[in-house]
Amino acid sequence: MAKLTDERKGELTDAAKRARRTVLRALHQAGSGHPGGSFSQMEFMLVLYLEKLNHKPNEPEWEERDMVFLSKGHAAPGWYAVMAEAGYFPAEEIVATLRKPESRFQGHPGSEHTPGVDISSGSLGQGLSVANGVALAARLDGKNRRAYCVIGDGELQEGQVWEAAMSAAHFKLDNVCAIVDWNKIQLDTWTDQVKTLGDLKGKWATFGWHVIEIDGHDFQQIDDAFDEAAAVKGKPSVIIAHTIKGKGVTFMENDAKWHGLAPNEQELELALKELV
Amino acid sequence: MSIAQIAPREGYAKSLIEIAKTNDKIVVLDGDCAKSNLTNLFGAEYPDRFFNMGIAEQDIVGTAAGLALGGKIPFANAYANFLTGRAWDQMRISVCYSNLNVKIVGHNAGTSAAQEGATHLPFEDIALMRALPRMTVIVPCDSVEMEKAVKAAAEFEGPVYLRVGKLPAPVVTNEQDPFAIGKARILREGQDVTIISTGILLYEALQAADQLQADGISAEVIHCATIKPLDLDTIAASAAKTKRVVTVEEHSIVGGLTGAVAEGLTRVQPTLMRSVGNLDRFGFSGKMDELLDLLGMRAVNVIQAVHEIVEQPVRNESCQ
Repeated sequence: MAKLTDERKGELTDAAKRARRTVLRALHQAGSGHPGGSFSQMEFMLVLYLEKLNHKPNEPEWEERDMVFLSKGHAAPGWYAVMAEAGYFPAEEIVATLRKPESRFQGHPGSEHTPGVDISSGSLGQGLSVANGVALAARLDGKNRRAYCVIGDGELQEGQVWEAAMSAAHFKLDNVCAIVDWNKIQLDTWTDQVKTLGDLKGKWATFGWHVIEIDGHDFQQIDDAFDEAAAVKGKPSVIIAHTIKGKGVTFMENDAKWHGLAPNEQELELALKELV
Repeated sequence: MSIAQIAPREGYAKSLIEIAKTNDKIVVLDGDCAKSNLTNLFGAEYPDRFFNMGIAEQDIVGTAAGLALGGKIPFANAYANFLTGRAWDQMRISVCYSNLNVKIVGHNAGTSAAQEGATHLPFEDIALMRALPRMTVIVPCDSVEMEKAVKAAAEFEGPVYLRVGKLPAPVVTNEQDPFAIGKARILREGQDVTIISTGILLYEALQAADQLQADGISAEVIHCATIKPLDLDTIAASAAKTKRVVTVEEHSIVGGLTGAVAEGLTRVQPTLMRSVGNLDRFGFSGKMDELLDLLGMRAVNVIQAVHEIVEQPVRNESCQ
């Protein structure tokens, strides 16, 4: 597998800082939103959008595009910020309008509002089924399209995820790649305290998936994982990414409080200082 | 005189296969009810375009949304209760809010689940589907009209709910009768009362109108195959003339045709109403004929409602 150059890793690191700053400023002006999950998914979303996707950010409806579904829709600000890094729209528009009426950046993803958002999400558990449908359609049409679906770890408590996991394996959808953002915390508290996920790797493997486990903040591991997933034939792949909720801002890391809370003026200032 | 009886699901399956001949975007999903819903006939004809998704209504609807995103016209089939109830949120977010071209097909509808009992008897599906923004709701009256409805749904761009019965029901329309989404049809003209029916109870409504004629009451009969969007122009014009409306549906009187007509008329032509349908309760096991009798979904019930309402005084002024 190809190695990312140090220079490229540096560029990605800078992009991650910029995107996190975008999220923090947008949440602050909106007075609400979800920083924790926006930050845990940041690195693998950037690799996806800046390295892997077959897409045209200036032509979001391009017929041949790969599709990304953010099933954990509450992490929308993090997704918007990454798409801004890829050139879909200006980051400053997210900062100025997130969660406002008439904004292209709704609190949770709305496909009719945001370029590059192909389906609405925010009710958890629905994304993987959609990815499967897109993959089936691509197969019928002989297209090379890949469908990516980002799922939260708490979200795995939704039964539909496992219905979809069975479907993808049954139909041998090797053009589907799920990414589990395993940040170990959900809204109330630690996921293991709410309802433990147990042997997560084993669960997906038993359902018939090719499982790849990585450090979800390591650009090289992420890059390699997407390549490995694309090379697997005859079965879908899942990347289980160990991540840190609130990653990048010390006082937000590993604290359920920051699942869905906007920083105040002081907190914003403190956080931005860590992201220069 | 006996009237031909055909199961609406037969017209559904026949039409689906027919339109798929010329439209290769049509794909069909079912949830392990293919033999019951007759989508197995489609599967035999087009194996590549048929997906048995197993017993997983939420996944069926989500996958259909993805297929629509990929340019297909998916027909998502399952038993009406489980599809509309269990996968309502998937329809709300993945289909309707995302404005995708998915056709939701609720089978075993109304009393046709018969002896399966309350768990399987859908009397709330229309209400659930009608509440969803962007959802078009179609309830054909017989197998012949079903064939046209399937074709219209496939040609229509956007989410559609189609309600399909399993057991034989009277065929009251013919090949030449027009069908258009959003258009109600006046089948009998009358002066004293407007009977509005949807689905297979149109037969009962027409029987009632015949009997009422003999009793000296002139009933206008409107067939409303599309409950959403409702053809309020046709309904309100009739209500303005007759001043009395009786709705007739093989569904709960909460939230279905009754609700749609009442909500619409209240805005433009407040009208005295009665409703014939399931009176806000669960069903129970029985033969379809027994259920129609016991749940009060027969011509005799329509006649009774008409008699009740024609004896009520009405205000003459219309609301403009």
